[in-house]
Amino acid sequence: MPTPRLFPVLLKATLLLVIFNFLFILTSGFPLGKLSLYNKVFPGRERFPFGENQRGYNLSLFNLDAMFAAHVLVGAPKADDEFRVILIGDSSVWGTLLTPEENLAGQLNSQNISACNKNVHAYNLGYPYISLLQELMILDEALKYQPDMVVWLTTLESFPKEKQFGAPLVANSPERVKELITNYQLPLNPNDPALNHPTTWDETFVNRRKDLANLIRLQLYGVPWSATGIDQFYPENYERAQTDFEADDSFYDIKQNKPLREQLSLDILDAGLHATNIPIVLVNEPILVSNGKNSDIRYNFFYPRWAYDEFRVMLSEYTAQQNIPYLDLWNLVPMDEFTNSGVHLTPFGESLLAEQVGDVIKNFCE
Amino acid sequence: MGLTQIFASILTALLVGAWMRGTSRILSLLALSVLAAFWFQPAVPLRSFDFWIPSLSIFLVVIVWFITSNAGAWKSRQNLIGLAVIIGVVILVDLTRYIFADPILTTTTPPRLILVIGFIFLAGIAITVSNLLSRRFVLTLSLAIISLIIILLILKSPFLSLQASILFRTLTNRPIESASALDLRWLGFSYISFRLIHVLRDKQTGRLPELSLPEFATYVVFFPSLSAGPIDRAERFAGDLRKEFHLTQDETLLAGQRIVIGLFKKFVLADALALMALNDTLAVQVRTTGWMWIILYAYTFQIYFDFSGYTDIAIGIARLVGIKLPENFTSPYTKPNITQFWNSWHITLTQWIRSYFFNPFNRWIRGYRSIPAWTMLLLGQLATMFLIGLWHGVTVNFILWGVWHGLGLFIQNRWSDFAKTRIAVSNPRAQTLLRIGGILLTFHFAALGWVFFALSSPASSLNVILKLFGIT
Repeated sequence: MPTPRLFPVLLKATLLLVIFNFLFILTSGFPLGKLSLYNKVFPGRERFPFGENQRGYNLSLFNLDAMFAAHVLVGAPKADDEFRVILIGDSSVWGTLLTPEENLAGQLNSQNISACNKNVHAYNLGYPYISLLQELMILDEALKYQPDMVVWLTTLESFPKEKQFGAPLVANSPERVKELITNYQLPLNPNDPALNHPTTWDETFVNRRKDLANLIRLQLYGVPWSATGIDQFYPENYERAQTDFEADDSFYDIKQNKPLREQLSLDILDAGLHATNIPIVLVNEPILVSNGKNSDIRYNFFYPRWAYDEFRVMLSEYTAQQNIPYLDLWNLVPMDEFTNSGVHLTPFGESLLAEQVGDVIKNFCE
Repeated sequence: MGLTQIFASILTALLVGAWMRGTSRILSLLALSVLAAFWFQPAVPLRSFDFWIPSLSIFLVVIVWFITSNAGAWKSRQNLIGLAVIIGVVILVDLTRYIFADPILTTTTPPRLILVIGFIFLAGIAITVSNLLSRRFVLTLSLAIISLIIILLILKSPFLSLQASILFRTLTNRPIESASALDLRWLGFSYISFRLIHVLRDKQTGRLPELSLPEFATYVVFFPSLSAGPIDRAERFAGDLRKEFHLTQDETLLAGQRIVIGLFKKFVLADALALMALNDTLAVQVRTTGWMWIILYAYTFQIYFDFSGYTDIAIGIARLVGIKLPENFTSPYTKPNITQFWNSWHITLTQWIRSYFFNPFNRWIRGYRSIPAWTMLLLGQLATMFLIGLWHGVTVNFILWGVWHGLGLFIQNRWSDFAKTRIAVSNPRAQTLLRIGGILLTFHFAALGWVFFALSSPASSLNVILKLFGIT
């Protein structure tokens, strides 16, 4: 075989790379994230992929299709006797520092409860980063998977208007955000600069290489995940949630002399709660109530007392007006049962929560 | 070597191969190799050690050249220029301290110039003294070999490395609580020491041809093969250096193919497999036998693609400058027995050990006529593989890995002798089946051996092996 010549080879290789690079733009509308080995080769994950530590066999990627495709919910055919409950929320629902068995979904499933004469199976669709818009985005997608009930755990930190586009999953999903804004008539700007609108150049293979690498890495992590059942790195030591605070009563740009309702994104919650006929139970999730320094001013690192108290009143009035099932569990868990944040619970704290939420699910048909 | 360093190496090799001829090519390669010794050196917690460690490598190279070269060879123009290039590069690297705000060739700011000049001065004295000694005492060469082995032992033994780190920290008034065996990460010393020992030993036996300082130094710290081999032979390497070389299109293509294959093996296959390959953490986390095998297979292929990928890259880059480095791997996992596996896995290390240990050891042990032949063979195989294990690290697990293979080689040799006269398979289909069976058996034998290699303790290795066979 004659030896190929160098320059024609280089030229052809360069041309092929350029052509491939630009042809790749055509795949921009194709949901690559849906191509997944999870639920086919590997068991689906009990919670969404999230994490930055290789020792957790997990990674954060901002592709909702890939996140759902890796989730056990997508691969679980709904049995006739299954009462499917999906849990929406932030990192406290996802279960930071908790194993899949210890978090809320795991504890609800271990209770083996039934509702409406069916077996309750709870699915963890919590995702770290606190933003109502992110939660609405996940809820909107989750409704495709035949839930019988949604339990939406939330907290004041999700509500500030400036936080809505701040979650990386939201910022990197401008098309989905646009759809949400249109479908739910949200008073948000779809061209907000906080959203990463990709240009054509951004859609080339070279520029999307990191996204693609993350998709592939997620599939590769399917092996250690299947082999170990571990999806999070559990450090031996971590810094406990703060209980002493500065004498600071501020909460974002929220002003005390203006009605809280006008200053928060209650409309996003409202859109989500009215998105479907499927019953949605709203839970004001437990927070750390500190007795440390300046605890007369702040409940915890996140919340000054005045803002949180007003928030509870607002949520209570709103759910009553709208006739929405509501559980205010803000002070359910003692201070010592929080881990590294004012909303992250220990397994015992989680069991207290699971008991309350389980009761609501159990008694739902009654 | 990271991707940046690999691409910089490719680019400079292309420039040297295309434009440099004769002596200027050799000197360019020398300068680049010395520079690379500094640039490739990983960060170490001890202050300025990322500068001093490569400096010591260069010092060892120069001192070994002085004591192995002919008397007065250093006075030749070529060698003086070589020495000037080496010193010039070391000073140039140090001068970056004064030119750039942040270090560019070293991971931390290099030491003050006066210290470097002092080091060069002391190195000069040490070289002069050892040069004089080597002319008078034959033992100097043996002492040099022993010194290199001692340094290698210290670096390869976690305990001794830690003690050395504590010593250095004490001498430099740094907290000893943070001392670690990783404080003395010496880039490529396993390869540098084996190249130097080969030269010293060949000098002792009168087999070493005369090499100029630029040829010798380039051979030992040749930048493509500095961090992961292969271990070439000095005379073969010098032969390539001396040949007139002009980089042709064909040569560029062949080198390019090899580099691309190497990059794919290392940065796509090996790095992907690394996410799921056996390690100390996974060893205790994996729940079932089936998954444990998958994790072990992942490690088995990861280590192959990683190492052979780096070798391909080194061979490809070297080819761009006219050096044909020896092959290190020839499809080892497709070999039908463990002897053939070791003839195709890390070939240059195996050949080195065979030349400088196994053959002399066998000659020596044959002197004891009372020892049965099979015992001689067993001792020879075990000792050789024990040594290969130690070369990777002075730990119980590396020794177990070596013994595992030593026993494997011995059993395979005995079986082969036994089967040769008693089992004749003439049916081609049966022969094929036998060969496939042999490949599978050899592959799994090597894979099980990796359990010791991948893990840090015999207890966890045993647990993994038990789990692999469904016993726990």
